[in-house]
Amino acid sequence: MLELKAVDAGYGATTILHSVSLNVQAGESVTIIGGNGAGKTTTLRTIIGLLRPTAGTIHFEGQDISRLSAHEVVELGITLVPEGRQLFPDMTVRENLYMGAFRRDARSQAEKTLKEVLELFPRVAERLDQQAESLSGGEQQMVAIARGLMARPRLLMFDEPSLGLAPIIVEQVFSVIDSIVKTGVTVLIVEQNVHHTLNAADRGYVLENGEVVLEDAAQALLTNDHVRQAYLGI
Amino acid sequence: METFLQVVTNGLMLGGLFAIVSVGLTLIFGIVKVINFAHGEYLMIGMYLTFLLATGLDVHPYLTVAAVAPLLFVLGALTQRFLIQPLMHARDEHVQIFATVGLSTALMNLALLVFGADIASTPASGLRTSLHIGPVRILAGQAVIFCVSIALVVGLHYYLQRTQTGRAIRAVAQNRDAAQLMGINVNWIYVLTFGIGAACVGLAASLVAPLYPTQPTSGTYFVLIAFVVVVLGGLGSIGGAFVGAMIIGLIDSLSGFYIGSDLREVAVFGVFLLILILKPSGLFGRRSLAHVSP
Ligand SMILES: Nc1ncnc2c1ncn2[C@@H]1O[C@H](COP(=O)(O)OP(=O)(O)O)[C@@H](O)[C@H]1O
Ligand SMILES: [Mg+2]
Repeated sequence: MLELKAVDAGYGATTILHSVSLNVQAGESVTIIGGNGAGKTTTLRTIIGLLRPTAGTIHFEGQDISRLSAHEVVELGITLVPEGRQLFPDMTVRENLYMGAFRRDARSQAEKTLKEVLELFPRVAERLDQQAESLSGGEQQMVAIARGLMARPRLLMFDEPSLGLAPIIVEQVFSVIDSIVKTGVTVLIVEQNVHHTLNAADRGYVLENGEVVLEDAAQALLTNDHVRQAYLGI
Repeated sequence: METFLQVVTNGLMLGGLFAIVSVGLTLIFGIVKVINFAHGEYLMIGMYLTFLLATGLDVHPYLTVAAVAPLLFVLGALTQRFLIQPLMHARDEHVQIFATVGLSTALMNLALLVFGADIASTPASGLRTSLHIGPVRILAGQAVIFCVSIALVVGLHYYLQRTQTGRAIRAVAQNRDAAQLMGINVNWIYVLTFGIGAACVGLAASLVAPLYPTQPTSGTYFVLIAFVVVVLGGLGSIGGAFVGAMIIGLIDSLSGFYIGSDLREVAVFGVFLLILILKPSGLFGRRSLAHVSP
C-alpha cells in the first residue's frame, strides 16, 4: 500500500533521513520506533508531503506521491495525526472534527462519520462545543485522533500519540488505537513508547540517526537484544 | 447638546469610512500574515477605476462596484500569487514587507504616469446632499459608507464562521501545517484571501470616490489611518478594526471640534500610543505583536 524506497529527506541543506526504505501493506499496523531526534517525525512529514524527499521515491497504492503537496496526498487517503496534536486552538471541538472531514471523499459523509467517531470517544462527545484550547492534553489527543478518523483515511499515521500524557491516558490512547486497527484501517505509528506500540503493531522498524537499522515482526522486536537494551531498558 | 450630537455623528461617519478601508487590510494580515503596504494604492486604483467607469459609461458611481471589486480581487490575487508566494520561503520575512512597499511605490508612480498629478473628480451623483436625521445632518454618501461598513464586517464574519471555505481560511490562519494535513491547499487559500481583502478595498473605493478627490497619492492619506485602526483593533481582528475605526473617528471629530483642528492628529496618535502601551496586542488582539508568527 505504502512503499518508501531509499528516501533521503531533511531541512534545507541538512539531510536527516538517509536512504530510508519501508513498506506498509493494506490492513497492517506497522510501527517505527526510535529515540528522540532519530528522524521519526521527519519520515512522516516526508510521506505526507510537508517535506520533499531529496532522493528516492514514495508510492501509495501504486501511485508515485514523492512530488505531491500535503493536500494532494491527503486527498489520496493518507492522514497524519501530528506530533503535539496541532488542533485549531480558536475553534470548537466540533469545528475541529469537521475540519478533519475537509477532504473530498469524507466531506459528504461528515455527519455519519461524526456519529461513528463519537461512539469511540464518549469524552469528546461531551465537549463538542468547547474551545479546543480549553481541553486537557489527553482530551486534545483524543480530539486529534478523532479528527484524523473524520477524514476516513485508508492509511492513518500517528506521530507519538502518547507524548506528554499521563500513564493512564496513554493506556486509553493505545486502547483506542487498538480498536481502530481492529476496524481494518491500515495504521503506521511512530513512537518512543516502545513497549506499548510493539504490542499494538504487527511489524516494526527501528530508526536510528535517520537510518533503518532493524525491521522485524513486532513480537520478534520485543525480544530482540538491541531493542531490549536500547529502548526497553532491560 | 445639538452640536455635541453633530460632532459625535461626524465621528461615527468618519469611523465608517476608516472601517471600510481597513477591513481588507486586517483580513490579509490576519490570514496571510503579510502586512500589505500597497493597500492604500489598491484603494487609489479602485478610486480611479470608479472615476473612469462612472464618467466613461455615465453610470452612478455605486454601480461600478460590480466591476471594481472583481478587478481588485484579481489584483490582490495576482499580488499574492506572483509577488508574495515566491517570497514565502525567504529566510527573512521582512523581504515580503519590502516587496509590498515596492509594489506601493510602483503603483503610485504608474498612476502618476497614466493620470498625471491632477485631481480626478468622480461625479457626486447626489451623494453630497445632506440628510436631516433628527437634530443632525449627514451626507448621504457618508451614511451609505457607514451602513455598508457594518454590512461588510457582519458579512465577512458570517463567511468566515459559517461557510466551508471560511472555516478553511480560519484553519490556515490558526495552524498552517495542520490545515494542510486536513487537505486544504494553503497557497490557494492565501490567494483567495488576498483577493477578498483587495475586493473589500475595491468596494470601499467605489463608495469613497464620489466624496473625495482621486489622485495618485490618495491611498497614502487613508492608509496611515487604516494601519492605526488595524493595530488598535488587534492585528487580524475584523471586529476589532471596526471598533478601532469608530474610536479613531470619534477622537478625530471630538478633538478637532473641542481642542482645535490642528491638534486632531496629536489626539489620535496620542490615544493610539496610550492604548498600545496599556495593551500591546491591541483592543481585540489575542496575542501581542511579538507573538504573531508567519
Ligand atoms: N524544522 C527543522 N529544521 C531543522 N532541523 C530539524 C527540524 N525539525 C527537526 N530537525 C532535526 O531533524 C532531526 C530529526 O528530528 P525528528 O524527525 O523530529 O526526530 P524524532 O521525531 O524522531 O524525534 C533532529 O536532529 C532535529 O534536530
Ligand atoms: Mg518526533
